[in-house]
Amino acid sequence: MQTRFIGKPMPRKEGREKVTGRARYIDDITMPGMLFGATVRSPVPRGRIKEIRFDPQIPWDEFTIVTAQDVPGSNYVALIVNDQPYLADRLVNHAEEPVLLLAHTDKYLLEEARRAVRLEIEPLPPVFTLDESDEKKEIIWGEDNVFKSFLVEKGNVDDVWAGADFIVEGEYRTGAQEQLYIETNGVIAVANPEEGVTVWGSMQCPYYVHKALIKLFNLPEDKIRVVQTETGGGFGGKEEYPSMIAGHAALLAWKSGKPVKIIYDRAEDMAATTKRHPSRTRHRTAVTRDGRLLGMEIDFVVDGGAYATLSAVVLSRGTIHAAGPYNCPNVRIRSRAVATNVPPHGAFRGFGAPQSIFALERHMNKVARAVGLSPEEFRRRNFIREGETTATSQVIREAVDMQRLVERAFELSDYRDKQERFARENESARVKRGVGFASFMHGAGFTGSGEKYLQSIVGAEATPEGRVRILAANTEIGQGTNTIFAQIAAEALGLDFEQIEVAQPDTANVPNSGPTVASRTTMIVGKLVESAALSLRQTLQNSKLLADSYSPEDFSRACRDYLAKYGQLKSFSQYKQPAEIDWDDEKYRGDAYGAFAWAVYVAEVSVDTLTFEARVEDFVAVQEVGRVINPTMAAGQIEGGVAQGIGYTLFENVVWRGGRMINNQMTNYIIPTTADIPPIRVHFEEMPYEHGPGGAKGIGELPMDGAAPAILNAIENATGLELNQIPLMPEQLMEAFRGEHA
Amino acid sequence: MRAYLPAYELQRPASLDEALRLLASAPGEWRPFAGGTDLMVLLEAGKLEHRKFFSIWHLDELRGIEETIEHITLGALTTYTELQSNETMRREFPMLCVAASETGAIAIQNRGTLGGNIANASPAADSPPALIVYGAELELVSARGARWIAYEGFHTAYKQMRMEPDELISRIRLPRASAGDNWKQYYRKVGTRKAQAISKICFAGAARLGDGQIEEARISMGSVAPTVVSCTKTASILRGRRVNKETIGAAQGEMKKEIVPIDDLRSTADYRLQVSLNLLEDFLLSLER
Repeated sequence: MQTRFIGKPMPRKEGREKVTGRARYIDDITMPGMLFGATVRSPVPRGRIKEIRFDPQIPWDEFTIVTAQDVPGSNYVALIVNDQPYLADRLVNHAEEPVLLLAHTDKYLLEEARRAVRLEIEPLPPVFTLDESDEKKEIIWGEDNVFKSFLVEKGNVDDVWAGADFIVEGEYRTGAQEQLYIETNGVIAVANPEEGVTVWGSMQCPYYVHKALIKLFNLPEDKIRVVQTETGGGFGGKEEYPSMIAGHAALLAWKSGKPVKIIYDRAEDMAATTKRHPSRTRHRTAVTRDGRLLGMEIDFVVDGGAYATLSAVVLSRGTIHAAGPYNCPNVRIRSRAVATNVPPHGAFRGFGAPQSIFALERHMNKVARAVGLSPEEFRRRNFIREGETTATSQVIREAVDMQRLVERAFELSDYRDKQERFARENESARVKRGVGFASFMHGAGFTGSGEKYLQSIVGAEATPEGRVRILAANTEIGQGTNTIFAQIAAEALGLDFEQIEVAQPDTANVPNSGPTVASRTTMIVGKLVESAALSLRQTLQNSKLLADSYSPEDFSRACRDYLAKYGQLKSFSQYKQPAEIDWDDEKYRGDAYGAFAWAVYVAEVSVDTLTFEARVEDFVAVQEVGRVINPTMAAGQIEGGVAQGIGYTLFENVVWRGGRMINNQMTNYIIPTTADIPPIRVHFEEMPYEHGPGGAKGIGELPMDGAAPAILNAIENATGLELNQIPLMPEQLMEAFRGEHA
Repeated sequence: MRAYLPAYELQRPASLDEALRLLASAPGEWRPFAGGTDLMVLLEAGKLEHRKFFSIWHLDELRGIEETIEHITLGALTTYTELQSNETMRREFPMLCVAASETGAIAIQNRGTLGGNIANASPAADSPPALIVYGAELELVSARGARWIAYEGFHTAYKQMRMEPDELISRIRLPRASAGDNWKQYYRKVGTRKAQAISKICFAGAARLGDGQIEEARISMGSVAPTVVSCTKTASILRGRRVNKETIGAAQGEMKKEIVPIDDLRSTADYRLQVSLNLLEDFLLSLER
């Protein structure tokens, strides 16, 4: 198919504004009479609030002070389970939980005041780890500490153990991870009974904030307005948390009658906001002598922190991906998200899948070894193919060929030669080298019926300049939404790239096209952009203002003529689930995703036996993601996801003490620098997906899944050490080496 | 910014003399503020307890690199960037240049000063181990005059220094004989990542060989004790020995007594000890390479 924009490296729509510093982020914006807001947080992980004391050194009468008693509507963050208060009332359930809000014109004095509020809290016994929570010695949430559990059943796994030639068990763990977007969380709110509540801020999902503020203020929909300002990264970290900070600023604005800005500094952002869920996965696998999977039993647990937030959904994705791209006739996956007294864990690129895929791809190496096959040969015998079913019994209707991806990745990485050469050289080398890989898939869009319930709407409107403006709530957070939407619309309409504008997400002006999450923006929302644009053209053609064949100038003229005649031109398109998608939410069975992206990642590592430092020396990422819409940005997504995955594996260690993150600074929460990241060689196999715009599937989360298991598989290849926990720090590697030689 | 800015004062003396008079006027009350790369971090975090500072950044008397036959003398305000770009330094004192290049980001290297790094007295600082191995001396000036002291032994306990409250570090002097061609040098910083990292362990060693024997050795380490450590006993046990398994074992035995690593946010005592011993072995083996 000849295209003008799809598949072309179009420059970022907002790129020039960003690199010249003209883009205005929330902290660049100020309003007359604006106050600054701050949050007083619990220093203890669990307890009863006895008293709040105010140090008399501070002129408190100058401050706006908000507590739970000041909430005009319902004191909870409306999301899935409404268990998380905006401000703790009598009980606190995690350290850093917001208890009281302050506002003042002087942000330095505000900071002094924040530290001059003393919370007297009678401590209750806390639970800090998922193991403690799972053992239920202390019940801290509901009746059993369980936010949500799932059971996926395929075939009958109980029948396979007796006839299995090998049964292989393993346990795998992953740690928390901070999203570390460049721009910290921040909002400005204006709120009063006459005009209602308006919030501007850095966020992924304006309509999540909208929904939460309706409940918080008990106001009608049209009295709440949420506007996304230029956003410096999200990675999931600005999916649900902005509802909290937006509510706080709005409460202060409501009480003070003045605009209120809250910007977290890095230390507060890291200590108090969400992180990736830590996890524990146990595998028990039955396999035949010739390396065929007979049965897989998987127990997957994530630590949700103190409140439910999005844990149920994170757990769902982790559960569905837990058995990976393999054809196994009998599968049982039990999973649960449990409560601990730490700040709630939340959305983070990959959303549960990196955790369960890490476990699976380490475990597949273990099973291969037990059978006496190489990791690649064992996988080759079990890869899922078109017509076969996943763990949720979803029939694969794509012409997937995982083996071809393996071959391509091995060729690009020189895998076989390196494996042979390193094995020879490692004998005498102080620095051991190794190669390893992971093969995996990632579902695009919301799980199961999610998209059907969302019923996302996208609009296209003609502007007085004769351009087309896309109206969607999906946000540009650095990943390229604006550019991709413009490419899709320009392609569909045969217009110039510059003729497409993308409206600032503002709930007063754009329809609810759903959240900017779950690798759905391009595949799901992009398709709606395409159809809204086409329906706008249809209206022009039906009104006889535009001929069947037209130039971009003709189109502009038709838009202007239409506006002159009728005042405005907007057309909308709503999501309709493809007929073949069938999902049973009760049994957790059926078509979990409309499409999957498929990938094989190869890591080459070195392990210095002097310092026990593991480094990634080379990385090859091969994936099939449907049609690539913008090759530069797609490669950027993959490179960024792999870099984040390298951080997750070898660097990013959240250090907890008493339920608090104590390394909440960029000097001691270590993310890799460019010096720590190897060349990342990205290769796309392109197979157009019929329901995606221009044939595209989702891409954003996929690259987060593969680095961790590929790297630990490579370390195993280099050292012979079987390491099943990330982050893997040099200190743990040292202990593993000692264990080996003991 | 978590500090209450109105509570802080910053003066800007016109000359070094004026700065020294200010220091002498109320010893301990006013403290110098050089590149600010450590102090600004504390200020941002609301952890800068001292409130009165005077800037010395603009005092040219504290800048410049001078060469004589015996010494290289560095003004206390010599930045990491200046240090690394000096030809003589690169040739004769490479460990210090590597330390400078591995400290912070480019922006930090442009502002961070050698004098400031010493006065900040962090046991995890990257340049002190190299300075000790090179036998550096410090010039301390005050309104009372100037004096030279050996840098080794300058740090007496965590953040404690052999320096009077009215004194300022003005220059750092490196004897060129300590680093000639007959010295083999070994520097390794083990950080939390390849760049922009604080040390978990920092090792600097130098040795002079003759007839296959170690004639003299110097070893200093960072991040393994409350101050940067000069491993004098480990170094002295090496004198007159050949590098072999027995020598390595003996040296490692001494080093275990000289360092007292701890568990902290960055690493563990166990790891620090093990890797220190490994680096010592690697240093000794490198003499043979």
